[in-house]
Amino acid sequence: MTPVAHHTQSELDDLKAKAPLLVLDGVTKTFPGVKALDDVSFEVRHGEVHALLGENGAGKSTLMKVLAGNHQAERGQVHLEGEAIRVANPLEAKKRGIVLIHQELSLVPEMTVAENIFLGSLPTTALGIVNWRTLFDRAGRILDQLGCRFAASDKVDRLSIANRQMVEIARALVFTPKVVVFDEPTASLTDAEKVVLFDIIERLKEQDVGIVYISHRMDEIFRLSDRITVLRDGQVSGTLKTAETTEDEVTRLMIGRSLEGRPAAAPGAIGEVALELKGLSCGDLFRDVSFSLRRGEVVGMYGLIGAGRTEIAETIFGLRTPDAGEIRVHGEVVQIASPPDAIRHGIALAPESRKEQGLVLGMSCRDNMSLAQLEGVSATGWLDRGAEQAIYDEYAERLALKSPSWRTPVVNLSGGNQQKVVLGKWLSTRPEILIVDEPTRGIDVGSKSEIHALIRRLAASGIAVLVISSEMPEVLGVSDRILALYHGRLAAEFDAASVTEDALVQAISGM
Amino acid sequence: MTSSTLHTSLRRVMIVPPIWLILIACVVFFSFAADNFLALNNFTNILIQTSTIGLIALGMTVVMINGNIDLSVGAVVALAASLSVGMQDQLGILPAVAVGLGSGMALGFLNGVIVWKTGVDAFIVTLGAMIGVRGLVFLYTQEQSFFSMNFAYADFGMSSMAGVPTLAIVFLVFTAIMHWLMTSTSHGRNAYAVGGNREAAQNAGIRVGWHMVANFVLVGFFAALAGITLSTQMGASTPNLGINYELWTITAVVLGGTKLAGGSGSILGTLGGVLTIGVLRNGMNLMQVPAFYVLVVMGVILIAVLFVDQRVSRREAEELKL
Amino acid sequence: MAKADAQAGRSSDRQRLISGENVRRILQTQGILIAFILFLVAFSLSSDRFASFDNVSTVFRQVSIIGTIALGVTIVVIGGNLDLSVGSLLSFTTVLVVDLHDKIGPTGAILVMFAAALAVGAVNGLLVGFARLNSLIVTLGMLSAIQGVTLIYTGGQNVDIVDQEGTWFTFFGRDFLLGIAVPTWIFLVLAVALHIVLTRTTFGRRVFAVGGNPTASAFSGVRRARVVFSTYLISAAATGCAALILGSRVMGSQNNVGQGYELLVLAGVILGGTSLLGGSGSIPKTVIGVLILGFIQNGLLLMGYPYYAQWLVTWVVIILAVWLDVASKRGRLFTTTS
Repeated sequence: MTPVAHHTQSELDDLKAKAPLLVLDGVTKTFPGVKALDDVSFEVRHGEVHALLGENGAGKSTLMKVLAGNHQAERGQVHLEGEAIRVANPLEAKKRGIVLIHQELSLVPEMTVAENIFLGSLPTTALGIVNWRTLFDRAGRILDQLGCRFAASDKVDRLSIANRQMVEIARALVFTPKVVVFDEPTASLTDAEKVVLFDIIERLKEQDVGIVYISHRMDEIFRLSDRITVLRDGQVSGTLKTAETTEDEVTRLMIGRSLEGRPAAAPGAIGEVALELKGLSCGDLFRDVSFSLRRGEVVGMYGLIGAGRTEIAETIFGLRTPDAGEIRVHGEVVQIASPPDAIRHGIALAPESRKEQGLVLGMSCRDNMSLAQLEGVSATGWLDRGAEQAIYDEYAERLALKSPSWRTPVVNLSGGNQQKVVLGKWLSTRPEILIVDEPTRGIDVGSKSEIHALIRRLAASGIAVLVISSEMPEVLGVSDRILALYHGRLAAEFDAASVTEDALVQAISGM
Repeated sequence: MTSSTLHTSLRRVMIVPPIWLILIACVVFFSFAADNFLALNNFTNILIQTSTIGLIALGMTVVMINGNIDLSVGAVVALAASLSVGMQDQLGILPAVAVGLGSGMALGFLNGVIVWKTGVDAFIVTLGAMIGVRGLVFLYTQEQSFFSMNFAYADFGMSSMAGVPTLAIVFLVFTAIMHWLMTSTSHGRNAYAVGGNREAAQNAGIRVGWHMVANFVLVGFFAALAGITLSTQMGASTPNLGINYELWTITAVVLGGTKLAGGSGSILGTLGGVLTIGVLRNGMNLMQVPAFYVLVVMGVILIAVLFVDQRVSRREAEELKL
Repeated sequence: MAKADAQAGRSSDRQRLISGENVRRILQTQGILIAFILFLVAFSLSSDRFASFDNVSTVFRQVSIIGTIALGVTIVVIGGNLDLSVGSLLSFTTVLVVDLHDKIGPTGAILVMFAAALAVGAVNGLLVGFARLNSLIVTLGMLSAIQGVTLIYTGGQNVDIVDQEGTWFTFFGRDFLLGIAVPTWIFLVLAVALHIVLTRTTFGRRVFAVGGNPTASAFSGVRRARVVFSTYLISAAATGCAALILGSRVMGSQNNVGQGYELLVLAGVILGGTSLLGGSGSIPKTVIGVLILGFIQNGLLLMGYPYYAQWLVTWVVIILAVWLDVASKRGRLFTTTS
């Protein structure tokens, strides 16, 4: 029960040197039936980057929302610069200098950059008339400070995702922040944009701002943070100094055990070519892509966001029309004009976005699982509920799905179990070619390794698997071969057993 | 010119509410096709004819920019008209008008508070109110039409100031005020924030609930005002006044480019939508085309505008075949 | 040790949650049925005639037109769209079948009428399904256009059937089978048929999927556009059935007879508990929703209130019904919006 907090002498000196800026003391927050935060204590010092880690549902977002005034804790105290505060709403939090940079961007697309920066506090005259000159001047100054290259009068819906994130940050600077909370800020940034973001974080640090950095990505956390606090089941399972810990230790704190290493590949099971692309092109999205995928093989497709990975998968699946090139399935050229065509050819796609593309959230687990092959469970148009139930029973068991019942709406399942429903839906069509796009995005570490092992097993059973991912450990861990994409072109192909991380990074960044 | 630059320049043109292009085309067409169309008093006619739906549309635009909708406006038109005509004898004209306006604002307040507090979709809340308020009208009027005994009331509906009909002036003045409200005040700008990203608006400290209530009060006010001006034109009110007005109003507002999803739209666009419908009705009338055809043309234009808007604003290359 | 306690606490919390969830589920799925039964009991107690067979069958007959349309609209709504064109379409099809009756005989009139209805449904379906336009605006435009077409067709005149005695066309609106009015039969048989379609066929499953998440449906190989297209055909056909009842009952038609039906029908659908967001709802719910509207009207009339009193009660009932539904899903009565 006792949090791990071994303070060395030097650290105690440090503590004295830098007085805590923000202290949470014994914060508890309960939702109906769930204790989201249980006696959580946490502190941020001036000029410190304090990383916050935990699996999904560990309480990170609740903690953040308590900080930002979206939720009120029922027990415990928050001290800012030694003074006990109660934050009733986000505006009050901002005025006190606690700002949250949201994961889901909280901008209004139809408004100008300046209006977004000053949302809710537009400079006005007595009558509520907006003072545009003051607005644009002040917004412009903040944008300059951040080195942004767009104007305060631009409409937000014309900005790139990264620039929108900059607007979010600019918004945080309006209230001369003392504490800035970043929630998964790099989720949709390119590498170049990440560099800019990290730069800004460094600058905020220099100005003695305390930073809470929430992320799943170990490399970023180890690069940026001074200390790491890990949450598990609503409790603090440990606070560590970054310089004195390892990824393994952090992982252990997160899931309560260590992870097994790379799932074992089944050697020698690789068979004939199942899917082959020849010179496939689609507009500006990707050009002249050729590769093949064999039975029993896992091929990883690695590249930056926007490199064309997802678009290639969507084209194979009949959701986009290629301008040139051909797709061969088992050696024969096929025309795939729509997903039903793809399904007929034994292709399955577990898409990138589970909630938007993968599942009908309000539907039961069983009905979701049979959705991709309604013809399969009923030749005549009448539903065969027995056949549907059989599919559910089989794949719920094979995938170790944890769901209260077949009729539970998938919206009530955890991310990992939702992904299993998606996989069950596609496996039940008995595909010969399975494409999984970001199979573990937003899934906790425990379920991640489970899904990786499953992918290996599927390949061993003779399915050709294409894994699209933007996480290097994932492609390295699960694939036999790796395709590196750069700007819509196949940049290189590697043997997963012998490739180095450097080589991969170079290939996807066009070096 | 490649297709993508064509797209961007098209989108830039779209900053002017596209309905104004259709409006201009209609005006040009009828100028040639109908003899008396270009006369000044014909234009004031159009303004009077469109002022009823036009006034309601001003309020509806704001509510729709918020991402809400108000289906009860037609019933409120009847209630406000009945009250302001029916109470004249007891109260005198101005107090009766005040009661009429007050009833619209009170019902708007009620709709707004229900939408805010219960979280029930505005479509459903105001659909209920549409049915219920019509019941209130029948309850108050006992199914009777009322006639104004005081000629000053009907005279107002026929009056002019400096040669321009008073009702047209009322409509234009309120249009200008609402345009100013939406473009220059923090309330107006917040309307876009509430409709475009409600959670962000709330997190930024905008009092979303009261903001929405204020806009429902606005649309209630304008629906009541429309009912009263309509009854001054007739010197009377009937309990069936305003049936289907909610649908015509929404048609005009959507024609003007306001999105049902909220977050975008403008008063100028709505003015364009209202005038387009007015010009079509008037012009076809002058050409002796039966009024029925206007309904068909309106329906077709509504769908066509939606179709063109979708084709222009969508980014072809990025879109999936779904 | 403390951790074990916490864990135990959490799991018992979870059990309570589950049982609470069960209660909530029953209330959510059957709440409107319970309210309906309470309604009937209250009215029965306050009026002797209310619960009589004659009275109940009168209510069924009265709601049969709105109810029949509502069945089709329910399917459109579950598929994630709206259909505001049904009121105008009812006017048009009624005028058409009545006018053609004397010109080409009842059989031909009925066939042409259904063909016209399906044509309108197909236009809606093409624009919403295949061109992916917003359904509210498309069907609003169609409402206007069809109203115009109806007026052009009749030249603004009302139509009627001259020889009202010598035609079997009276069957649909005025006859009885086994003591039950034919309109009631049409309404209930169509309800059963569409209920089976929705719950027992792959098409029905696809309607729910498309309404629940059109993108995920497409990613699962469901042809969204075809499904949406079909829902509009069904809605138009149901409206055609309603026109059959109406035309046969009145043996004539005003050219704006269906005006305002689009929103009344929607009121019945919503009252039954079908969500406007799509992906959930059912035919039995709509039947109950429409019957509630009918019984409110009937009960209040029997109790001596003027006929417009039903509108005031309907106002309150619609909002309360949806509010309770929303509140039980939210887990609290009021929103937290500031």
